[in-house]
Amino acid sequence: MEITLQVNGVPRTVDVDSRMSLLDLLRERLGLIGAKKGCDHGQCGACTVLIDGRRANSCLALAVAVDGSEVTTVEGLATGEDLHPLQSAFMEHDAFQCGYCTPGQLCSAAGMLGEPGPSAVTEDILVDPDLTPEEIAERMSGNLCRCGAYVNIVSAIGEVAP
Amino acid sequence: MKRIEGRVKVTGLATYAAEYPVENVTYAYVVQSQIAKGRVKHVDDGQALESPGVLAVLSCEHPPDLAEDADPELALFQRREVAYRGQIVAAVVADTYENARAAAAAVRVDYDPDDHDVSLSADHPGLYRPEVVNPNFPSDTQKGDVEAALADAATTVDVVYETPVLHNNPMEPHAALAYWDAEGRLMVYDTAQGTSPSRATIAKTLGLPPERVRVVSRHVGGGFGSKGTTRPQAVLAALAARQVGRPVKIALTRQQMFDLTGYRTPTIQRVRLGADGEGRLVAVEHMACEQSSTLVEFAEQTATPTRVMYATPNLRTGHRLVRLDVATPSWMRAPGEAPGMYALESAMDELAYAAGLDPVELRVLNDADAEPDGGLPFSSRNLVACLREGARRFGWERRDPVPGIRREGEWLVGTGVASSTYPTRRMACRAVATMRDGDVLVRVAAADIGTGARTALTQIAAGTLGMAPERVHVELGDSDLPKAPVAGGSMGTASWGSAVVRACEELKRDGKEGRADTAGEIEADAKLARHAFGAQFAEVRVSSVTGEVRVARLLGVFAAGRIVDATLARSQFLGGMTMGLGMALMEETVTDEEFGGFLHRDLAQYHVPACADATNLEAYWVEEQDGELNPMGSKGIGEIGIVGTAAAIGNAVHHATGHRFRELPITPAKVLLPRF
Repeated sequence: MEITLQVNGVPRTVDVDSRMSLLDLLRERLGLIGAKKGCDHGQCGACTVLIDGRRANSCLALAVAVDGSEVTTVEGLATGEDLHPLQSAFMEHDAFQCGYCTPGQLCSAAGMLGEPGPSAVTEDILVDPDLTPEEIAERMSGNLCRCGAYVNIVSAIGEVAP
Repeated sequence: MKRIEGRVKVTGLATYAAEYPVENVTYAYVVQSQIAKGRVKHVDDGQALESPGVLAVLSCEHPPDLAEDADPELALFQRREVAYRGQIVAAVVADTYENARAAAAAVRVDYDPDDHDVSLSADHPGLYRPEVVNPNFPSDTQKGDVEAALADAATTVDVVYETPVLHNNPMEPHAALAYWDAEGRLMVYDTAQGTSPSRATIAKTLGLPPERVRVVSRHVGGGFGSKGTTRPQAVLAALAARQVGRPVKIALTRQQMFDLTGYRTPTIQRVRLGADGEGRLVAVEHMACEQSSTLVEFAEQTATPTRVMYATPNLRTGHRLVRLDVATPSWMRAPGEAPGMYALESAMDELAYAAGLDPVELRVLNDADAEPDGGLPFSSRNLVACLREGARRFGWERRDPVPGIRREGEWLVGTGVASSTYPTRRMACRAVATMRDGDVLVRVAAADIGTGARTALTQIAAGTLGMAPERVHVELGDSDLPKAPVAGGSMGTASWGSAVVRACEELKRDGKEGRADTAGEIEADAKLARHAFGAQFAEVRVSSVTGEVRVARLLGVFAAGRIVDATLARSQFLGGMTMGLGMALMEETVTDEEFGGFLHRDLAQYHVPACADATNLEAYWVEEQDGELNPMGSKGIGEIGIVGTAAAIGNAVHHATGHRFRELPITPAKVLLPRF
């Protein structure tokens, strides 16, 4: 089935197997290996990308279901040679070790920073909370890191958070 | 120093095993045994072979040529016997991943099943004493008369601690991409913690001379031991590529990883301690029951840390193994030390309470000035300094030892401590350093699985040469480079770094090139007990309503020789402690008693710590000079962070609730049980 989507600002038209996930489309057909396959079941977050600006597990989206969408992967976060502030902060704070969850953490953080509203740890749910370390940790808990870089991930995101 | 590969990792350009752009690639997908024991009667691949895009089906119906002495876990399709549920019985190769997966589901396998036994118990009739435990320790040791000393002791503790099956679960699933070039040389992009050992194993399994095989692992998405030995996907990719004449890629699914990539054996450990009236240990006994498969004897060294930790005139340790119809256990971060120190350090806490002593003071009182078993002197031992420094930073002196009395609303609050230890070793390694246009190229087949090996070795080389790190370039992750040992056993930096220092020293003399092989140097190392030590302090909050345990604070202080890089070291200590937190509170793979194999097969069932579980962690170290280790004076730090964590948290849960939970993990259901 033929679909067209914008990937990191570039229109791509591809003929895809109806069983193919967006993640496999990116990795196996478009050569964008930044989105990682950690579980293929939406349990680890390594495949997180932005679909129409919202963070999503690309392993849970069938490629045919994102026809017409705008997809941003970790490869699309930087502007030319200029890294996204989150990318720089992750390097500065040593917010990764093996690096396999990192693209998902970065896309998830980029999406998270644009998400208003309370979380499970927000005291007053009527007011948009400050992104305290506790709020960041809660909102980033869909992205597993087995190396255990969470302490540094929270401090890296905290540096960029408004 | 910032990680050298940081930029490629944050921009998504770092290439892992399954990600190399290889023309004409095909995909393999495995078919796993549905029975735990028995025989494959027949594999019907007719429907699969007719499925779209299918190129081949591999199974025991047409056994591929493999070496007769191949490791039974790697000897794919050689035998009809099934040793465990989930074992690979067939594999499909197709033009796309979707086609391979669909066709694998169409392979029909008929079995002659036998009754299976997958349950470890302390009274299992099959328990036996292995000759040695990993890597090469005696199974049992005995000094003095433990029974007599226990009978005379002022205070005794006799407790059984249990740990479950644990899975490494690195974020990157095990994968391989293999092809045979025009000269018949095999190329494998593998998820390997060491390309030299991976090449040796793959060559041996296929019956090839090692020089006909090249293994490349430039980036590895975590391993924690599970990529330290070659796993079947690497052999399968090579076999399938030979059969279809095209490159073959295979990435195991998260579910398949639970069966095929090793796990930490469950343990049942009995610890008996006896102390005199002042709290000095007069007897220590540590016996561990654990499992292996019917294929391979893998005997985890669970009781060995007790041979290192505390001074006592009477000491007995031992291991009993039972061979079950299960997959072979394998290496997982701090094998032996992690489960063993959970039991010993929990029992020490119980002894402190039984003797009316502070848990820190009990450990200080029983510090050893030579290895308790065997009497070897320590190259350095700063356990007491870690305990003192940790207690100071944590605010331990304010602690009221009475358990179960601190309540904040629904939350019960408690604190606990435990010691950590891990052996310090190094293995023979080669390296070459070459001057090139004023810069230095260092080549060594080391592996960076997230430890920061590139960065650490760059600093070691730059330090030796007296050059800026920017002018040193380290090449690793390729078996064509000078032969190097595995990234495992906390030996990587010590082994590779020794060779890098020697190669750089020779380069300084020669001006053009320096070559090193540390085999002779290491053989000449003095016979000493070399270990890193540490102390971990935990504060937990236990909900009296839900039974949930939250780790409010976790603080570790370590004595690990000279720290090569503060940033990398802190990250590794914290990472180990985070995994230890998971071991304490959530990680567990439940065995399927009825059908064999495991009931937990993904990350929704096997819980690892998430971001909100592990944010208030701190890691520090004490100054330690040790000239008996290696040219860097460093001790390995990859594993000690997980050692003792579970005990510190468990001891804090006791302090909070007044109950001892002696089976990991300490889940809400277990915490609530004493109330009913």
